[in-house]
Amino acid sequence: MPTRKVKVASRVGLHARPASLFVQAVTATGLPVTIAKGDGDPVDARSILMVMGLAVGNNDEVTLAAEGDGADAALDQLVELLEVDHDAP
Amino acid sequence: MTTTTPTPTSQAGKQLTGIGVGRGSAVGKVVKLAPPVRPPAHEAAAANAEQAQALVKSSFDFVATNLRTRAAQAESTVAAVLEATSLMAQDPGLLADVIRRMSTGVGPATAVDQAVEGFCSILEMSGGYMAERVTDLRDVRDRIVAQVLGQQPPGLPPMTEPSVVVAADLAPADTATLDLDHVVAIVTELGGPTSHTAIIAAQLDLPCIVRVAGALELADGDEVAVDAAHGTVALDPDDAQRETIIGRAKARAALKESGGGPGKTKDGKGIQLLANVGKVEDAVKAAKEDVEGVGLFRTEVLFLERKTAPTVEEQTKSYTEVLKAFGDRKVVVRTLDAGADKPLAFAPSEEEENPALGVRGLRMDKRFPQLLDDQLTAIAAAVKATGAKAWVMAPMVSTVHEAAAFEQRVKAHGLPVGGIMIEVPAAALRAPHLIEKVDFFSIGTNDLTQYAMATDRMAGELAELLDPWQPAVLDLIALAGAAGQAADKPVGVCGEAARDPLLALVLVGLGISSLSMAPNGVPAVRYALARTTTAQCEEMAAAARGAIDAAAARAAVEALVDPEVLLAL
Repeated sequence: MPTRKVKVASRVGLHARPASLFVQAVTATGLPVTIAKGDGDPVDARSILMVMGLAVGNNDEVTLAAEGDGADAALDQLVELLEVDHDAP
Repeated sequence: MTTTTPTPTSQAGKQLTGIGVGRGSAVGKVVKLAPPVRPPAHEAAAANAEQAQALVKSSFDFVATNLRTRAAQAESTVAAVLEATSLMAQDPGLLADVIRRMSTGVGPATAVDQAVEGFCSILEMSGGYMAERVTDLRDVRDRIVAQVLGQQPPGLPPMTEPSVVVAADLAPADTATLDLDHVVAIVTELGGPTSHTAIIAAQLDLPCIVRVAGALELADGDEVAVDAAHGTVALDPDDAQRETIIGRAKARAALKESGGGPGKTKDGKGIQLLANVGKVEDAVKAAKEDVEGVGLFRTEVLFLERKTAPTVEEQTKSYTEVLKAFGDRKVVVRTLDAGADKPLAFAPSEEEENPALGVRGLRMDKRFPQLLDDQLTAIAAAVKATGAKAWVMAPMVSTVHEAAAFEQRVKAHGLPVGGIMIEVPAAALRAPHLIEKVDFFSIGTNDLTQYAMATDRMAGELAELLDPWQPAVLDLIALAGAAGQAADKPVGVCGEAARDPLLALVLVGLGISSLSMAPNGVPAVRYALARTTTAQCEEMAAAARGAIDAAAARAAVEALVDPEVLLAL
């Protein structure tokens, strides 16, 4: 299954606006994407509550995984999203 | 919804306390948020599992759609919160958990309740920001439960007189629909200074007090005097209390109505009132405000989300837009202030133990000289295109050599006015030498305080040390101000300190000639300046520097200031 590791750039981590943007982007891919923090268990990345529940902080590494048509391209796009600091002042 | 007949309790003199947001005050009648519908005790499992699942699913959808509709009607900050809340109501993880619980024989409303509580405890464990989202999630729950049970969603009753909204906490959906013709203040038992309610109240300029123990014991119709400056809610205020509170509210209103125009002291000395801006759209918005220009244009904001360095053409376009918006008003452009704490993808910094003390601001120039040259080229092109008055300054300058080298680069690009930020104590201490090399100073009080007090700006528990009223910080500002006056060159302040009206008076007394801040801070500073002479400002500066700590410095100035200014704060 295609996977990607990425460090979250948002200074507040994956909360609030960054989390909303991420979950919306995942949902838009139409794929069952999962996200795991560090070595933790993967959770459904379409679920804002599960994503927020991971308490991903700034610079924490997460692993994204997805299966299906266009999974690689979708993951690349999500990685790009997470590499941007959405809370820059 | 049940309406209780107002039965004002006779408890005159009773006072509740909490954390005030803002400095407003108001008197009004208590209106409590209707309590949410709860799942019935011992709710039976659904007779028809399939129908019940469909009902729960459609209830989730209904609430999500409803929240999205409200988001579309709300202004941007509220809209963002409502958007996030609507995502909770269409969360596949939450819905799956509800359905799993129902399949074990739990009633539908109870299943929603239990599933939400499960997620709440996870968020609460994460603490801080996450824990404060619990309120948003419980609001989603209450709406879904009401929908599943076919009852009215929770909310505020219609209002007919000045009202103080009292609630455990307000959900984004409640704040989005506040009746601003009647709501004069908000009091909550829970929440915190960064909770949604507090943020929205600050934005609406409504006095707000959060974490008020016992707030829910107030009854509908009770008269209360809310004072955010002191964090108090007085029940059945007596005439004296009422007069103070209303007097303060009037003084604040007078301030809002007070004339605009250039800033000047009572004796007519001009003190420029300027705006801090980042994004181009902020600048365009700020240009419509009554400000004399921009004292700090943070150009790094244009760069932070970028993966590659913006081209000279792209930068020229952005700068031109900002300069054009301000016409012939002055715009002070700060060159890139990035580094280890605000990393740029196209100018990577190494892992640093102390990013605040590392390669940031002008110090990046050694590694990436092209960045500054491109920026200066673009600013010069924007100036040429608009004929605007752009000044350019560099952040994080510590030595005479850095200042001189920067000034040379500015002039080499044909830009007429170059200056430096005073943020490093070394620069303040050597101000007389530095000012010889540049055209102006701009003091960044946030960083100057962090460096002078050796206190990380992020260290919440050290907030007392980070106070710009610290006499040590005032001493450093005084050095920079005196150096500027001796050389007859302008010295401004563009940190948080500039928007504190009392501190602004002290700064003027220290020789500062311009104050730059978020535009909404300008009216209060203008009002304070207009009621104080230069000599009084100097007297206040001396008193503040003579104090032993930040609190004493502020108290000393409060004792000297025009009471009307204090009342309007």
